[in-house]
Amino acid sequence: MTTTTAEPTAPDTDYVPEQKSFWSRVFYRWPIKLVILIIVIIWIIPTLGVLISSFRPQADVDANGWWTVFSNLGSNEWTFSNYSDVLSSEGFGNSFLNSLSVTIPATVMPITIAAFAAYGFSWMEFPGRQWLFVVVVAMMVIPLQMALIPLLRLYTTINLNGTFPAMWLAHTGFGLPLAIYLLRNYIGSLPSSMMESASIDGATPFDTFTKLVVPLSVPVLASFAIFQFLWVWNDLLIALVFLGGEPDVRVITLALNNLNGSRGQAWHLLTAGAFITMALPLVVFLSLQRYFVRGLTAGSVKG
Amino acid sequence: MPIDIEKEAPESGESRPVKEIYKGPGPNFLTQLMRIAVSLAVPLIAFGILYWAGTILLDEDANRLVVVVMALIIGVLGVFGLFYAMNWLTNLLPERYRHYVLPFVFVGPALVLLTVFLLYPTVVTFRLSFQNAQGEGFVWLENYVEIFTDSGTLEALRNSILWVIIVPALAVSIGLLFAVLSDKLGSKGEAFSKSFIFMPMAISFVGASIVWRFIYNFRPEGFGEQIGILNGIWTAIGNEPVAWLLQEPWNNFYLMVILVWLQVGFAMVILSAGIKAVPDDIIEAARIDGAKETQVFWRVIIPSISSTLVVVLTTIVITVWKVFDIVFVMTSGEFGTSVVAERMVTEFFTFGNEGKGAALAVVLLVAIIPLMVLNVRRFQAQEAQR
Repeated sequence: MTTTTAEPTAPDTDYVPEQKSFWSRVFYRWPIKLVILIIVIIWIIPTLGVLISSFRPQADVDANGWWTVFSNLGSNEWTFSNYSDVLSSEGFGNSFLNSLSVTIPATVMPITIAAFAAYGFSWMEFPGRQWLFVVVVAMMVIPLQMALIPLLRLYTTINLNGTFPAMWLAHTGFGLPLAIYLLRNYIGSLPSSMMESASIDGATPFDTFTKLVVPLSVPVLASFAIFQFLWVWNDLLIALVFLGGEPDVRVITLALNNLNGSRGQAWHLLTAGAFITMALPLVVFLSLQRYFVRGLTAGSVKG
Repeated sequence: MPIDIEKEAPESGESRPVKEIYKGPGPNFLTQLMRIAVSLAVPLIAFGILYWAGTILLDEDANRLVVVVMALIIGVLGVFGLFYAMNWLTNLLPERYRHYVLPFVFVGPALVLLTVFLLYPTVVTFRLSFQNAQGEGFVWLENYVEIFTDSGTLEALRNSILWVIIVPALAVSIGLLFAVLSDKLGSKGEAFSKSFIFMPMAISFVGASIVWRFIYNFRPEGFGEQIGILNGIWTAIGNEPVAWLLQEPWNNFYLMVILVWLQVGFAMVILSAGIKAVPDDIIEAARIDGAKETQVFWRVIIPSISSTLVVVLTTIVITVWKVFDIVFVMTSGEFGTSVVAERMVTEFFTFGNEGKGAALAVVLLVAIIPLMVLNVRRFQAQEAQR
């Protein structure tokens, strides 16, 4: 179910006759188009301002608003130096890689564990199955804040504080309820005849899972992967508490937060830094939008 | 946790699905032991390897790219390899035990992680909330009394309640408006305009906060041109520049706008899917009966998507209630803008008051319990339909 592929079975009112001129098509239903245009512009302006400012020299950024570039088109100066400054001297390059080292395992681990669990919950019988799954559903809304203090104590005792594995495990634990829920909804709806015939053919549950269920579940695995990737990459709270701001481990959101604290008026750096933190999630999001939307709507529209 | 499962076993043995399975003799002591061992071993071994890998990754000042690649290998192959190994070990068991152990190879690791990272901390936090700042002697209800009498925390509570009312209302209204209007464009125009609205969903709360701090940027008069667009417009129409984020109590609203900006996309995507799922013949029938477009909207479309509306609202309410980053980055909770979730981190992390921090976390959780119940009910209704 994606918004882009939904073929409109257009009611007659939507029909614009072919023979009408270009302008009549442009102005067809203009009040609706106008409202949409206004909302879109309001939604773009914040990001646009950051993008433009990040390419302007410091002197220009401080001298006048970014929107003035439109009034003197052609005489603007553009530069990459904000980006190179932020990436090297402000440590965003390192932080970018740190974020990757945190995010990739923290995305793959919960998916793997949740996929196994989802298969277990949907196709295997064991005592307490229904009851345990209800607990998982309830856990989806537990605020992170509930877990911070005890986990910090635990991590301190076993000397795990400030390490990447601490982040992987924490994000895995916190991501699991939603992951299990989403994946079970999907895996549980696969036809039972398929599972039966696999087992008649002598496939073990492990084989059935790896060779049949996983390949069939790629769409839902992908949509959860995008969720979890965005969630981990964009997280500040967990990184702040369990990883900390040491330059050799700190993730990119923390780097941006620290830059905001130490040089809160250095807008040429802040805008470039903000854009670096956004770049990867935006690419992932825009290229895999279809899966993301499918995942969002899967649990929500029905029921 | 595995011990919990064992305790559950006799009770839930009476429920329907399990009965069919336990035709043979019940699991004996050895099986019980194996079960516990297996479901404990997977995460423990995983943990050990991750710990070992982590110390190597951190100790050696290795090339960052090497670190990333190693992290990838461990994350992808390590966890799967552990499941594989556990399955292999289970296959060494005599056939009649395998059946009992195998489900826990699949489900066990997830249950252990959920217990360690969610269940156990929740219990400990409850306990802590009755203790003092160092998390030692019991002070019982003192922390809670303080929360509901101290002006600082009361302000945070008031603000959080405002957030929870205003942000979901605005996000859902704008999202619904956009979903309905863009539905009337051609499918290309619809997809194109929508992608601008939900683009902010990919942006972190920190990133969004920087973006909006730039918008609200303020320079006192005589300190150069305004570079924040809001003050740019404000002064262009002849007003004095305003330090938006210092205007109590309106600054709360300016912070909420950021979250609305982020959440409208979510509301729009789901509501739009809901609207498209309304059967066309119902809408056509209403039109033929002479209903105006506004009547079609309020009397046909809204009732048809009411359950979707509830889902969207509750999801956004939960997000808003837990919001921390935006306030933390924009104002650090000063100038009358603190909220409960941000206050909890400040109490615990900045002031080192574990008892009060824990009590605030409990307040966060308790307020969300009705939504948790709603979620579970909805799930059970869904299950009944299957």
